[in-house]
Amino acid sequence: MDAAAKINGGAAQKGDNRPKLPIYLDYQATTPCDPRVVQAMLPWFTEKFGNPHSRNHIYGWEAEEAVERARKQVASIIGADEREIVFTSGATESNNTALKGVARFYKDRKDHLVTVATEHKCVLDSCRHLEQEGFKVTYLPVKKDGLIDLGQLDAAITDKTVLVSVMAANNEIGVIQPLAEIGKICRARGAFFHTDAAQAVGKIPLDVNAMNIDLMSISGHKIYGPKGIGALYVRRKPRVRLQPLMTGGGQERGFRSGTLPTPLCVGLGEACAIAEREMGAEAERLKMLRERFYQGIMAKLPEVYLNGDHDKRLPGNLNLSFAYVEGEGLMMGIKDVAVSSGSACTSASLEPSYVLRALGVDEELAHTSLRIGFGRFTTEQEVDYAVEHVVAAVKRLRALSPLWEMAQEGIDIKSIQWSGH
Amino acid sequence: MAYSEKLLEHYENPRNVGSLDKAAVDVGTGLVGAPACGDVMKLQIKVNERGVIEDAKFKTFGCGSAIASSSLATEWIKGKTLDEAERIKNTHIAQHLALPPVKIHCSVLAEDAIKAAIADYRAKHPAKPQG
Repeated sequence: MDAAAKINGGAAQKGDNRPKLPIYLDYQATTPCDPRVVQAMLPWFTEKFGNPHSRNHIYGWEAEEAVERARKQVASIIGADEREIVFTSGATESNNTALKGVARFYKDRKDHLVTVATEHKCVLDSCRHLEQEGFKVTYLPVKKDGLIDLGQLDAAITDKTVLVSVMAANNEIGVIQPLAEIGKICRARGAFFHTDAAQAVGKIPLDVNAMNIDLMSISGHKIYGPKGIGALYVRRKPRVRLQPLMTGGGQERGFRSGTLPTPLCVGLGEACAIAEREMGAEAERLKMLRERFYQGIMAKLPEVYLNGDHDKRLPGNLNLSFAYVEGEGLMMGIKDVAVSSGSACTSASLEPSYVLRALGVDEELAHTSLRIGFGRFTTEQEVDYAVEHVVAAVKRLRALSPLWEMAQEGIDIKSIQWSGH
Repeated sequence: MAYSEKLLEHYENPRNVGSLDKAAVDVGTGLVGAPACGDVMKLQIKVNERGVIEDAKFKTFGCGSAIASSSLATEWIKGKTLDEAERIKNTHIAQHLALPPVKIHCSVLAEDAIKAAIADYRAKHPAKPQG
């Protein structure tokens, strides 16, 4: 692949099977801009720098035209009308706008929201803020596979429920929620359905009409577009109204004031257009790479556990617990391979991943988890290299682990009175 | 987060990895931390009749800082008397490895592990004068 060669610098030497280091396997954190996206963006920084809201000259007109073309491209990938797309600074802003905006607009009639324990922090935190404002929020649990129970969702919705927010695909475990079924329930029960699709757009087919989605958050940098741009889909029929977070010049139909960043809008549009064309083939390739990694690990290491459902999952995501080996210690042992961990040690808090905890994964296993993300520029050689090094590091660290030693001696770790700290 | 060269060196080449016979009379074992907190250290000492630590071994489940802290701890206590070993403070370990602030608890755990191993040894030798 041409683009892959550009991003990766190709193999280290011609005829050499070793990949160039370091290797990026953290595609759920962010993705590189596709070189085609950058190409499309470049003119809009320099010679075509106009303000897309300038109505009186060619500079403004051509910028506006570019922004509107991008809006069509974004709309197209989710089966929406371009008038339903609002550009934002990213999925965090989109989620904040959707939750706070809708709740506050309808607060005289309804005061209840439903969301899920495994949502992204920006959804959960928006809910906490709404609770402080007097709204009630139901946080649905998830099953062991990471999926919500549709019966529980139906039972949670009341005639006071204004909005149900369920993410399309989880950022840690890649699990895909049953959006069409959720949309059907929400429509029947008269609640708006918002989905945070930052991880799902461009990775799996989405259709706002077929799935009865009323609001959808989209991120640029998760789909090989630039950072600093996202979008919010807001349904027109039946109409969803919201109170804007950002007020001012009334751009974006009053939903989001502020001058649109033309190059970023163009980048997001191009990223969506490329993803829409290539999604099918790419998903197959990523699934193949994911299985190559997964099978490679499982064949060589005992006591490795997959977190989240295997099939209802983003093609490019794996989340594995390597029992008896702490996640950060493991990442240090594979320093040429960039992944992330659900271990507490990688964050400011001492708690391990709340997503894994919500699945019922034991705290000690949550500390041993790695998220491995495959993407557009991942090669087979990279996957093979990563497998080899993860296996070697896990073996080395298990030999160093007192817990592994106890397990081999048949001592039940749960039977020990741990001191903690 | 950037780690010091000393820390990385201990992580890459940990000293004194292994286990001693925890049932042996001349061995003291300390097991501190908790799997649910993400770090567990097992530190063992073998003490001769003069009260000198002649061997030390460790195994650690934890991040790189925890592994390096326990590796360093075994290196430092070898050849010391129990009293000398007891005076090793977490601040010495943290300073030597240049632990970042969020990793200070790893050095605390290493100090705890030394103390726990010494206490276990002493519990096996109640009649002997300390040290």
